[in-house]
Amino acid sequence: MTDHREERPNPRSGVPTDVGGHETRDEATTLPVLPGDLHAVTGLSSRTLWGDAWRRLRRNKLAIIGLIWIVAVVLMTVSADLWVAPLFGDPLTVDTTPGASLQSPSLEHPFGTDKLGRDVFARVVYGARVSLTVGVLAVSISLAIGLMLGALSGYYGRFVDTLVMRSADVFFAFPYILFAIALIAVLGPSYRNVFIAIGILGWPSIARVFRSSILSVKENEYVDAARAMGASDFRIMFRHIMPNAIAPIIVYGTMSIGGAIITEAALSFLGMGVQPPTPSWGLMLSDAKSLMFRAPWLTIWPGFAILTTVLAFVLMGDGLRDALDVKMKE
Amino acid sequence: MLKYTVRRIFQMIPVFIGVTLILFILRAPGVLPGDPVRMITGERAIPDALREQIVKKHALDQPLHRQYVIYIGNLLQGDLGESYQRGRPVLDIFADKFPNTLRLAFAGIIVEIIIGLTAGIISAVRQYSFLDVLVTLSTSILVSVPVFWLGMLFQIFFGIKLKEWTGGAVHLPISQMSSAEFPDWAHLILPAITLASVSTAYVARIMRSQMLEAMGQDYIRTALAKGLTRRAVTFRHGLKNALIPVVTFVGIDFGVMMGGAILTETVFSWPGVGREIFLAVGQRDWPIVMGGVIIIVFLVMIINLIVDLSYALLDPRIRYGGDAE
Repeated sequence: MTDHREERPNPRSGVPTDVGGHETRDEATTLPVLPGDLHAVTGLSSRTLWGDAWRRLRRNKLAIIGLIWIVAVVLMTVSADLWVAPLFGDPLTVDTTPGASLQSPSLEHPFGTDKLGRDVFARVVYGARVSLTVGVLAVSISLAIGLMLGALSGYYGRFVDTLVMRSADVFFAFPYILFAIALIAVLGPSYRNVFIAIGILGWPSIARVFRSSILSVKENEYVDAARAMGASDFRIMFRHIMPNAIAPIIVYGTMSIGGAIITEAALSFLGMGVQPPTPSWGLMLSDAKSLMFRAPWLTIWPGFAILTTVLAFVLMGDGLRDALDVKMKE
Repeated sequence: MLKYTVRRIFQMIPVFIGVTLILFILRAPGVLPGDPVRMITGERAIPDALREQIVKKHALDQPLHRQYVIYIGNLLQGDLGESYQRGRPVLDIFADKFPNTLRLAFAGIIVEIIIGLTAGIISAVRQYSFLDVLVTLSTSILVSVPVFWLGMLFQIFFGIKLKEWTGGAVHLPISQMSSAEFPDWAHLILPAITLASVSTAYVARIMRSQMLEAMGQDYIRTALAKGLTRRAVTFRHGLKNALIPVVTFVGIDFGVMMGGAILTETVFSWPGVGREIFLAVGQRDWPIVMGGVIIIVFLVMIINLIVDLSYALLDPRIRYGGDAE
């Protein structure tokens, strides 16, 4: 890679900064550089990559709306014990008093009540716990497997590459949701097994994205330089390649959380996911199916919660892609 | 071209073996809970002779790798085994269900192409206009919508609310149940739109970005400079060159719809392939699951191959030589 930066005065010392400064600086302060080199774009070498990315992200209104919504959902659901339960009722307590079930939305029950007299608003707020936890844990599992295999595949190439990529092909060949269902059938439907199954199914995409990212990064001269200086494979991988190849993974990972949330909802909807009485958005929709016409509020709100939360992650992902200047195929 | 086709077919073999192996590992004793014989006979006690007969018939007494070889052997002869519970050959069961799935998938693809392409083209031609922003925003929303929820909303709105509001004059059928009230094709409307929703958004996005890229090329400027109308340039020069990635996506998506329509099929009680496999998973009727997934995977591979080969027809610059990747 040639360095596009021009020599320009350092605003603090007045001394020209060295061209290609990153490579010659002390290891500990080395900044990760993207192929697009954001420093060249901003013309300010004193800024960090992440600082630049954040500045760009902040200008993207939709991404910020997404971020705010994610933070709001997290805050609401984490603090739910303090305000939702006392104000609207416990999401698990069944109310058998006559007339308590299937109430249409009112001030007391803003989203109405379900057939067991439980407050739908409380269940939607608590349901976010399941969705967000499954989303984050599933993607963490995919990342753990996908990054490792993608790194091996991209760095060592040859036989390892063929093996990993052919396995990925096998996973891609399966109809996704059917594979998830079959896995759950084997593992048994439960909260834990849902994120394990979604996590296992997510690795091939992560591995592919990371592999191609590594393939392009490892052609850089600083990798050859590190190798010439006798750095170990491990060091080259973690200190030189990883930091520069991670941006597409951040984008993809963010969007994957949204995908995992939808998949969890779909599996729970089919009865192959989180089990009752745990409040989960997909499970609530499954209960709502037989009451769709009598009590439409049972259908509307959990679905709305899924839509807005997933949308927030999608918008965040889009924003991050632009901010980190990642080129991705649709 | 022939060389390329043959090589592609050979590349399918390891993937196919991988898929069948995974399916076999998933159903191995000790992995999948439950005794297969019980799945066939139900909970009631059966005489040992009958039990033995069942075990023999499904080769359950053989070690797993033998079972695998037997299964593949039968598969190559077009025999997918017999369902544990329905007492029918797996192939017959899917022969019944496939027409339903195909009909739904075709309708879905039509929706996806018409709406997706139109939205994408408008969005690209009028970049940054109100319509463009609207399309871009709705595609983001559409990819975030759980399809089963969308299906339920459609049923509430078009099936019931619309009927209430119009005094019973206007509404749409909400399930596959045929009735005197509606012609057959009308039953496809809501399920097809539901099934196509997410893909339509992707088609629109891909179309938009491809179209924008194509319209920035030199030959577009040349064509305009020659004095051709905007319309002619957009459709004959821009659209034609932007179509390949869309064709790829639609092709792959058609394969996905074969098996991935479980949610739409569940919401609309549509008796299709995906739903059949899903029900079989619940009943531990493993021959149906394996057979169904294998049929789908096979179809998807064939469709992908056809899509790849069709590039050469769509784009004369693409020629598959012996050493091209």
